Amino acid sequence: MMSEPAVIIEKLTRKFGDFTAVDAIDLTVERGEIFGFLGANGAGKTTAIRMLCGLLLPTSGNGTVNGFDIYRENEKIKRSIGYMSQKFSLYGDLTGRENLNFYGSVYCLPECDRKERIAEIIESLDLSSFIDRPSGSLPVGWRQRLALGAAILHKPAILFLDEPTGGVDPVFRRRFWEILYRLADQGTTLFVTTHYMDEAEFCRRISIMHRGHIIEVGSPRELVARYHQPDLQETFISLISKQAANG
Amino acid sequence: MGKIRHIIIKEIRHILRDPRSLSIAILMPIMMTFLYGYAINLDIKNIRLGVLDYDRTHESRDLAGRFFNSGYFVKALAEPDMADPERVLKTGKAHAVLTIEPGLAKALTDGSEYQLGMLIDGADANTSAAAAGYSNVILYQFIKEKMPPGIKLPGVSIAQEILYNPDLKSSHFFVPGLIAVILMMISALLTSMTIARENETGTMEQLLTAPVKPRHIIIGKVVPYIGLAVLDGVLVLLFAVFNFGVPFIGSSLLLFAFGIIYVIAALSLGILISTIFRTQQQAMMMAQLLTILPSVMLSGFIFEIKNMPIILQYVSYLIPARFFLLIIRGIMLKGSGIAVLWPQAAALVLITLILLSVAAKRFKIRIG
Repeated sequence: MMSEPAVIIEKLTRKFGDFTAVDAIDLTVERGEIFGFLGANGAGKTTAIRMLCGLLLPTSGNGTVNGFDIYRENEKIKRSIGYMSQKFSLYGDLTGRENLNFYGSVYCLPECDRKERIAEIIESLDLSSFIDRPSGSLPVGWRQRLALGAAILHKPAILFLDEPTGGVDPVFRRRFWEILYRLADQGTTLFVTTHYMDEAEFCRRISIMHRGHIIEVGSPRELVARYHQPDLQETFISLISKQAANG
Repeated sequence: MGKIRHIIIKEIRHILRDPRSLSIAILMPIMMTFLYGYAINLDIKNIRLGVLDYDRTHESRDLAGRFFNSGYFVKALAEPDMADPERVLKTGKAHAVLTIEPGLAKALTDGSEYQLGMLIDGADANTSAAAAGYSNVILYQFIKEKMPPGIKLPGVSIAQEILYNPDLKSSHFFVPGLIAVILMMISALLTSMTIARENETGTMEQLLTAPVKPRHIIIGKVVPYIGLAVLDGVLVLLFAVFNFGVPFIGSSLLLFAFGIIYVIAALSLGILISTIFRTQQQAMMMAQLLTILPSVMLSGFIFEIKNMPIILQYVSYLIPARFFLLIIRGIMLKGSGIAVLWPQAAALVLITLILLSVAAKRFKIRIG
């Protein structure tokens, strides 16, 4: 079980009317790796993640998440993953603790385990200074840490993060990634979309998506070497502009 | 079940932490009741009536006296000026002229054929309808008291018999109907907005990545609003009975049971609206459009359904308030029971099932 890849997708496609948002992508993500999912805005990253999380049904293609089929075993997938989007999507009028408690109950954590687990999260993510304040009034960086806490309450095997550090200052971003590294060390698979190339450098492997296609996969160092560019940023830009030039 | 309970708790927190919305939800119904109960008073009073008494008996004077003592009519002119009743109406000196030909007293004792004459100015349709209605009631009561039982007056035709609201107070008629309108509005509006809010802020999506079924989310979210709607209903009802003196003859338990069915129908409409309109603002506009207007105009709340164009009469079958209006007026004013009212309740259940199945389908389309 543990040797089986965390995510396998084959020819995964999603169309909205005539528009093909995700066009027959293939991808394998190994367990415990931090996988960076890169691409310009509108490349199809969010659509792909939404299909993997069971928020959207694919038009065609196959896929498994944690060994569960994305068409038939939606409920099992939902139990084993965590999801965090760029947009703060906890309840702003509830306090951090109330939000965590609510999500704990939604994931069916028994009352006593829930309290213990929430205490653990508050400790490890350093949430104690603001946990009892209405979460809508918190600064963006704190909110994102709280949202991460809610997403990992049930100890998911895979964590999907859709631009988790959007709009967060560099200091907060650095701390956020320290937490992500710790999670990866504990065996959690991280599937992260990002716009920040310094963050992409933290990933073991990255894929670059353009107009619904995955145009490159590899470790950041491999890709930089392959395209003879000084750094990942230049590699990314040259790849995307070459694609755009080819139509 | 545990998940639904936690969603309910969360939703109650949302409601309690938004005191502005909560106070609107509670104060608005009370304000509306005031408005409809007092300001929009359709009782027509001080109808100018002239009486031509050619009978000049104790009975004829008694009859004329009953008109003026009813509170609805006032004396128009001294009798000598009234030789030509039509002229009097034309000049607007009276709204109506009652002619009592000789023979009334005799007819009352032996049941012989007799006709009273009443000429009403039809230019003001409301006043004339009211005048006709009031005089029918006065006449009916007069005859009932004066006639020996079993004898009918063949010549006097009484077109309608006004029961159940014998003092013809419009508040008795309006306030129960108002409960129907308020419950519909509060339930549909608030549910559609609470679901639209979760769609808008992205919390719905976050929740859907967790192992919880959409129907559990929806049930958990609307249950607290059933409570709020019941609270509103009870408030307006108490107000109706103690402030406006609206009678409550029937079973309050039956009203409660049917009220819950009606509220669930209204919530279903709110759920459906929220699956179609994505933002809170759109949902609010649509909920208002789809609840207040039809519930007020097409349900029989103000305008009688049988006087509507035939197409609108069919449309009225789609409006839950139409059925609940019959239920609540029936229970409060007439003391009707389940034997009479079950078709209305069945119609509400049917509407609810249709609304919910369409809403469920739309919810799936969105995810799929």
